[in-house]
Amino acid sequence: MTLEARHVLEFPGGYTRTTGPVIGRFLTELRDGRLVGVRTAGGRTLVPPLEYDPGTGDAVTGDFVEVGPAGTVESWSWVHAPRAGHPLDRPFAWALIRLDGADTSLVHAVDAGDVKAMRPGLRVRPRWRAERTGQITDIESFVPEVTRIVSPVRTEYVLKPGLALARFLEGVAAGVFVGCRCGSCHKVYVPYRLSCPECGIAITEEVEVPDTGTITTFAINNLPDPRAPEVPFVSAYVLLDGSDVPMITLVGGIAAHEVRQGMRVRAVWVPEEERTASMANIKWFAPTGEPDAEL
Amino acid sequence: MGNPCAVIGIGQTHYTTKRRDVSIAGLVREAALRALQDAGLTWKDIDAVVIGKAPDLFEGVMMPEAYLADALGAAGKPMMRVHTAGSVGGSTALVGASLIQGGVHDRVLVVAFEKQSESNATWALSTHLPFSASLVVGAGGYFAPHIREYIRRSGAPEHIGHLVAVKDRRNALKNPYAHLRIPGIDRKMVESTPMLWEPIRYLDTCPSSDGACAMVLAAGDKLTASTPAWVLGTAMRSEPIFRAGRDTVNPQGGKDCAADVYRQAGITDPRREIDVAEVYVPFSWYEPMWLENLGFAAEGEGWKLTESGATALDGDIPWNASGGVLSSNPIGASGLIRFAEAALQVRGMAGEHQVDGARRALGHAYGGGAQFFAMWMVGSDRP
Repeated sequence: MTLEARHVLEFPGGYTRTTGPVIGRFLTELRDGRLVGVRTAGGRTLVPPLEYDPGTGDAVTGDFVEVGPAGTVESWSWVHAPRAGHPLDRPFAWALIRLDGADTSLVHAVDAGDVKAMRPGLRVRPRWRAERTGQITDIESFVPEVTRIVSPVRTEYVLKPGLALARFLEGVAAGVFVGCRCGSCHKVYVPYRLSCPECGIAITEEVEVPDTGTITTFAINNLPDPRAPEVPFVSAYVLLDGSDVPMITLVGGIAAHEVRQGMRVRAVWVPEEERTASMANIKWFAPTGEPDAEL
Repeated sequence: MGNPCAVIGIGQTHYTTKRRDVSIAGLVREAALRALQDAGLTWKDIDAVVIGKAPDLFEGVMMPEAYLADALGAAGKPMMRVHTAGSVGGSTALVGASLIQGGVHDRVLVVAFEKQSESNATWALSTHLPFSASLVVGAGGYFAPHIREYIRRSGAPEHIGHLVAVKDRRNALKNPYAHLRIPGIDRKMVESTPMLWEPIRYLDTCPSSDGACAMVLAAGDKLTASTPAWVLGTAMRSEPIFRAGRDTVNPQGGKDCAADVYRQAGITDPRREIDVAEVYVPFSWYEPMWLENLGFAAEGEGWKLTESGATALDGDIPWNASGGVLSSNPIGASGLIRFAEAALQVRGMAGEHQVDGARRALGHAYGGGAQFFAMWMVGSDRP
């Protein structure tokens, strides 16, 4: 059996500390929201100030100079799990901060949000408490300077397909590919469109093309995409039979590395009851098993 | 071709993943001020400003030219923005040059930039509009099939792309502005990186960079003490992305654009008459493909030129001595950097990556689905 008892040792009301003239001045300025250091005879500025030059033992001058409020992190240690007595209740860094104009550094907390934000050279500024009493905790913590803002931009559109795309999607809803033939160059375009990009003239002849075609070329994509079932996936140019422009589509029903240029494929349609006026009606193109076409 | 025009000042920022220390305005000013300094001029000496960048969706700043006008000293002056997708940097230089060749202005500042770190280009290029089911994922997803088709047609061995990936990064080690600096890069390293969009491996692709580039262009009688690079020819072409019979491996628009710019510059044999070329190669395989498209090699033979080492810094026709787009890619600026690097070469100011005695250089950019082309020839001698 282990005997155990909790015991608290706390001077009622807290110890008092007399500050002396130098530290007292520092804390008084702090209460007013200012940071000061003291000059040594050698011309160095000590922050926080001392009554003596720690290097020589001589008394410091009576010369107080304003420093900061910004400073530079010299080194730091990250606190992953703050304890009850820590100044912040979230992860933070203890840092040695050299305030601008000071020759020594001050220990304080840096509320950087993330350990990745910490680095030597990081520029920080004090976050003051509204109610100050003349304690070092009048500075709640230091925070990094503003170097970047997040600027959310969002536009929302209502898109309506034009006449040509609407006609094509009408066909897709019915399980057919609607294209068109230019009256001048006689090339067949799928999807259906209203003018010929080569000849620049209006197209009037509508044609229906079969849902079979040939893979002219393709990419094997190893980067995941929400529109593809798995990685790797194949995005291919498929030249539909009777069409003169390839369309880019997903190829499935075959291992990615078995896909070939020249391979014959056919559209795999989703069941009729699931169809809408959208390209989502075509699950992908899958091999027909016919011999490869000559490219 | 109009009145004589010369590049008299060039300024670049260092290219890097994230320029966290400057705003967009600060970034373009950095390049512009360096170009002005090189030209020995100030803002007051500039008549008009032309700015280029790729889609606004990259930074989410709509019409950035309006916001950047006063940052570029354009208050009270003509200011315009150019946008031709990835070729925009090249088109920006050509619009600026045309203002001088046409006799409209004496001195024009051209600037192009991208701050890719403000968002993600693959996101911005894959917006998945309703009603379509395009499965293109980023630029790599778009270009991979065309590279595959090039390999099929030409019978090129699969290591050719890796040779370019290594060569351009080795050149980048000699360019203080280059973004990717990979000491000791070799084929083995490239081949050990992940396959992203087969046949494109990670190190076969360009980086995402922040950066800006600027040039001061001047009329032939408005030069300063700086060494000029004379504009010998300029051309732009475009073609629709979906057109029956369009050759996406060897686009007609690129061939026509090259023929036009060579005709103006009096070039009949590019391989022999051009000393150095800065060509837009964002994926390594585009070097052999564009060697053919730009007439440096016969169709199907470009990869042999790459394999022979002809395009290396010590080869007979160095391509991308600066490290190219494969080493630095602030998208909107990438084309202008090609044009500026070509000018640096003929001014003899390319430093460690200078091609000895370069007198005629080609600057090239392409964009969209290999559908927009911009090119210029610059030279050390007044035409």
